[in-house]
Amino acid sequence: MTAIAEANPLYDCRDAFADVLTELGEADERVVAVVNDSVGSSKLGGFAKRFPERIINVGIAEQNQVGVAAGLEGGGRLPIVSCAGSFLSARAMEQVKIDAAYSYRHMVLTAQSPGLAYGQLGSTHHSAEDVAWMRVIPNMTVIVPADPVETAAAVRWAVTEHDGPVYIRISRMKVPAVHADDYVFTPGRATTLRDGDDLTIITNGTVLHRALAAADALAQEGIRARVLSMACVKPLDEDAVLSAARETGRIITAEEGLAAGGLGGAVAELVTANQPVPVKRIGIPDTFAPTGSEGWLMDHWGISADGITAAAEELLA
Amino acid sequence: MTVSVELPVLGRTTPDMSREEVIAHIKEGARLIRRKDLTLVANARMGHLGGEFSITDVLATLYLHILNVTPENLHDPERDRLILSKGHAACALYTTLAAAGLLDVADLETFVQPESRLNGHPNRLYVDAVEANTGPLGHGLPIAVGQAIAAQLDGSPRRVFVLTGDGELQEGSNWEALMFAAQRGLANLCVVADRNRLQQGATTEDTNDLTPLDDKARAFGMEVVDVDAHDIGALLDAFAAVPAASGKPTFIIAHSHKGHPISFMSDAVAWHHKLPTDAEVEQALAELEALA
Repeated sequence: MTAIAEANPLYDCRDAFADVLTELGEADERVVAVVNDSVGSSKLGGFAKRFPERIINVGIAEQNQVGVAAGLEGGGRLPIVSCAGSFLSARAMEQVKIDAAYSYRHMVLTAQSPGLAYGQLGSTHHSAEDVAWMRVIPNMTVIVPADPVETAAAVRWAVTEHDGPVYIRISRMKVPAVHADDYVFTPGRATTLRDGDDLTIITNGTVLHRALAAADALAQEGIRARVLSMACVKPLDEDAVLSAARETGRIITAEEGLAAGGLGGAVAELVTANQPVPVKRIGIPDTFAPTGSEGWLMDHWGISADGITAAAEELLA
Repeated sequence: MTVSVELPVLGRTTPDMSREEVIAHIKEGARLIRRKDLTLVANARMGHLGGEFSITDVLATLYLHILNVTPENLHDPERDRLILSKGHAACALYTTLAAAGLLDVADLETFVQPESRLNGHPNRLYVDAVEANTGPLGHGLPIAVGQAIAAQLDGSPRRVFVLTGDGELQEGSNWEALMFAAQRGLANLCVVADRNRLQQGATTEDTNDLTPLDDKARAFGMEVVDVDAHDIGALLDAFAAVPAASGKPTFIIAHSHKGHPISFMSDAVAWHHKLPTDAEVEQALAELEALA
């Protein structure tokens, strides 16, 4: 638990997701939720009660779930797919690629309980790879919100302002609110939450408040770390990343996902080609997880305030 | 050798036609569609003639008579839908769309050429009349189920047809979709399984046996209809019975012959994506001419 978390109430982003979905459902009758026996785990009981006809529960069949959602879109609906991240990304990957992205359908794919949220259930239930996989699919927008405000804003944007496939992680691992209530999600735009010129920490999702705690700890040592909140992994805010490279000379990426391929991969690729500086990527290593809770696993792999602090000290040594 | 044949725009049947005239219109349409398809594939040196010819009569019956899809209502949400799940038969779809007036006949000559709208598998972003991007097998049925649910939610009478291969039914996603179609009571959904009994490398029965397909579909809650896929009158009757009086989704087992009606292609497993020699093109064209 970081100091920021200790000083603030903690939120389950699924509540924000469920609330915004009901709001969107009230505003537009085309909105339908497509679930896979996951009404409870998506916290969509309220939506189901309010709009019983508009909760399409395909049962335990994720390939069918994404295909059905694509067909609903072809029939004039606005489908929001809700499915555990591990199964939405891996099990239905070809449907995501072909039926959503290659077909350019306006579908919102929400990955419930992503990353390490199902800690002790093991690697079968961890969606460690999802951001890396989704990022390389053409047409796909990939968003990893950090708190309830950003979660609601991203879902609202994806449904009402965007036209195309979007992948959004909805975390159940509790987080403090970091963004102000009037926060507006802008695709491809990072938010600078701490300024600094010694190094930059680029992060998102459940790691953001851990990174802010690390920046505070580093400030105690006289190290000024810039913190970029990068919810939108694709499109990436290239200007913010390259400015960080130019102005701070060192970058740390930290995410609740593979250290390779996801946010860290996107940043490293961009920096290598345009403004080469050292990039230290923190995340899940190239291994299947040992048994442990989500919090334990995050600490175990240094996806934590202490881990980020240590990485920064190492980079500056 | 490049062979080019004309394809007239036949358009849909008209309400004043007798049943015999409707059948004659579709039959002649299918003959001309096969003739054009053959030359397009031969010239492009790419295509799947066997599987295209096994569904040509089905496609012609649907687009020239059954579906309420016209150049005028192509973007009307209330149009019927057809999803070609066996996307490798794209050239038969394109040729049928052109015959129906839903795609420019001149575009056909660009089939699979660089920058053409006519990809080797259908892409809805390139061709307005294409309803789904297909190619990998087992995608069309779930999408059709979603389309049928959308119509159900709208209280619309529009129908959704999906054309799958029989080998394609080895993909598990189809069975997920069939189970759900029955659960939702999708009487507006019609699945047409192209039962030519051949897949790319061997018969379906020698690969992963589908039999008894009728019992399987019935057990999944479908209204099952067996039909000769090359008998236009029988196809008309089968499609006219959608939605089924039982309120169940319809599963039409369309018994076909891969490569039909060309003597050397029919029922021959080699003609999955085999390309004809010049002499074979000439012979096939002559056989199609004899059917006029």
